[in-house]
Amino acid sequence: MTQVSANIDTAFDVSSIRQRFPILDQQVHGKQLVYFDNAATTQKPDSVIRALSDYYENNNANIHRGIHALAEKATADFERTRSTVQQFINAKEVEEVIFTSGTTAGINLVANAYGRKFLNAGDEVIISTLEHHSNIVPWQLVCDEKGAVLKVIPIDDQGDLDMDAFRKLVSDKTKIVSVNHISNALGTINPVKEIVQISHEAGAVVLLDGAQAVAHVEVDVQELDCDFYAFSAHKLYGPTGVGVLYGKRKLLESMNPYQGGGEMIKEVTFEKTTFAELPYKFEAGTPNIADVVAFDAAIKFVNQLGSKKDILAYEQSLLDETTKRLKEIPGLRIIGEAKQKIGVVSFVLEGLHHFDIGMMLDAKGIAVRTGHHCTQPLMQRFGIEGTVRISFSIYNTLEEVDACIEGLKQIVAKWR
Amino acid sequence: MEIKDNIPTMTEIQDEIIDDFSFLDDKESTIFYIMELGQKLPTLDDQHKVESNIIKGCQSTVWLTAELEGNRVVYNADSNTEITKGLISLLIRVMSGQKVDDILQADLYFIEKIGMGNLIGSQRSNGLLAMIKQMKLYAWAYKSLWKQYKQKKHCGTR
Repeated sequence: MTQVSANIDTAFDVSSIRQRFPILDQQVHGKQLVYFDNAATTQKPDSVIRALSDYYENNNANIHRGIHALAEKATADFERTRSTVQQFINAKEVEEVIFTSGTTAGINLVANAYGRKFLNAGDEVIISTLEHHSNIVPWQLVCDEKGAVLKVIPIDDQGDLDMDAFRKLVSDKTKIVSVNHISNALGTINPVKEIVQISHEAGAVVLLDGAQAVAHVEVDVQELDCDFYAFSAHKLYGPTGVGVLYGKRKLLESMNPYQGGGEMIKEVTFEKTTFAELPYKFEAGTPNIADVVAFDAAIKFVNQLGSKKDILAYEQSLLDETTKRLKEIPGLRIIGEAKQKIGVVSFVLEGLHHFDIGMMLDAKGIAVRTGHHCTQPLMQRFGIEGTVRISFSIYNTLEEVDACIEGLKQIVAKWR
Repeated sequence: MEIKDNIPTMTEIQDEIIDDFSFLDDKESTIFYIMELGQKLPTLDDQHKVESNIIKGCQSTVWLTAELEGNRVVYNADSNTEITKGLISLLIRVMSGQKVDDILQADLYFIEKIGMGNLIGSQRSNGLLAMIKQMKLYAWAYKSLWKQYKQKKHCGTR
């Protein structure tokens, strides 16, 4: 195998970080695992795994209304995560942090509880070509129901949003703008602060889908001034089944509850129900307590790593090396070369289907994602069915990039 | 495909496939072998690559055609991915040219014996099941046609 001689100067010790992720030290199909599917989900550090098992071994109880010791402990741990999240995204108040099951649930909550209440016939909702289906379909559903119109910001061939077109799309009819902070399929970092500013000038509220952002870039919701921000724990080294919806208090208070049930009520009679205060108004039913508790360990892991700037710089150095070497492969076309990207690279190879490439890489122990990445309209924009997507995390290395590039070269040599 | 006399039974063909796969010792060589099989599968004419011939339920695009020759069904297929072509070439090797009733009753035990489920994952396994279902559906439809044909022939000789 050809080794890359260049080393990357890192602000942290990647080999120590790797030791925190027990899953990485294994062979698949007889080959050392190379995990390059981090945009789908990141692996979990030992502290998260321990927190999860510790909760079930020592602290399991239902939260909030219990009077016994375990319930008190579980409630305190659950609410500690809320405070940790508040600090992590710099929300003004802890009540603005609502736990959901993931990004998709957060977007659906806003589409239903805000969109269905405030959208009227003829109003407009703006999304972008880069969106994941979970930031398209909920808006289509609510627009259909309310007679509102869905508009789409186009992109250029590099995968950057066409901001001039966006400025022209925004009008006094625009009521909601919902775009991703970072594209899952291409890695484009969108100018979300500017989008928020332009939207607010037109009187629209802005939801940012932060699923791909939270593990890689600094997220300060007050600085961004976004109205809603949704993300998932599992793309941030945390457990699956937990997400966060941040919302500005004033907006959250103006919305009706999304789901009814336990936890979200103040008082119920058969004649009338009054609802609990924020954030519980939007947390009907027993929440995913164990995973929320363990999510605290995930955020603390990220905070201990150092600055997001250093994390992004390291991941971008892997991206730069990978992009350079991919371009040396004849017939390979990179999809999405935006000005600002996180460590995500999508590509197609002439004469080889992305599924075949993915399976052949898997046989070499290299885990990548193939297909449309839940962004079919984006794939249609590029005239393709899907791509092979490599996505990096903080524990990936140049040696792994070597293994992947060499694997691809072998595949191309044999099959093209 | 021309149907020869004394074509091997489905059991004989499946045992042959199991034997072929027994020489492959890891996933990479197995995937490569399946892709080679795919490359050997004759391509389908463009006129047959139409929406109505696409098998629903496959992640990749698979076109399948079937013709009745006597009481035997002849299948042809193509796909936009090499691995899928390889998989369907195995099904064609086992089922194409076989008698309608045999296809309907076929126990495709070779799939499990060669460890296909583990090899291709759950999504492609669903696709493989969709292919088999469509092949059997054609056989079921042709069985009705074959019955009608025999009944007509029988009426004609009275």
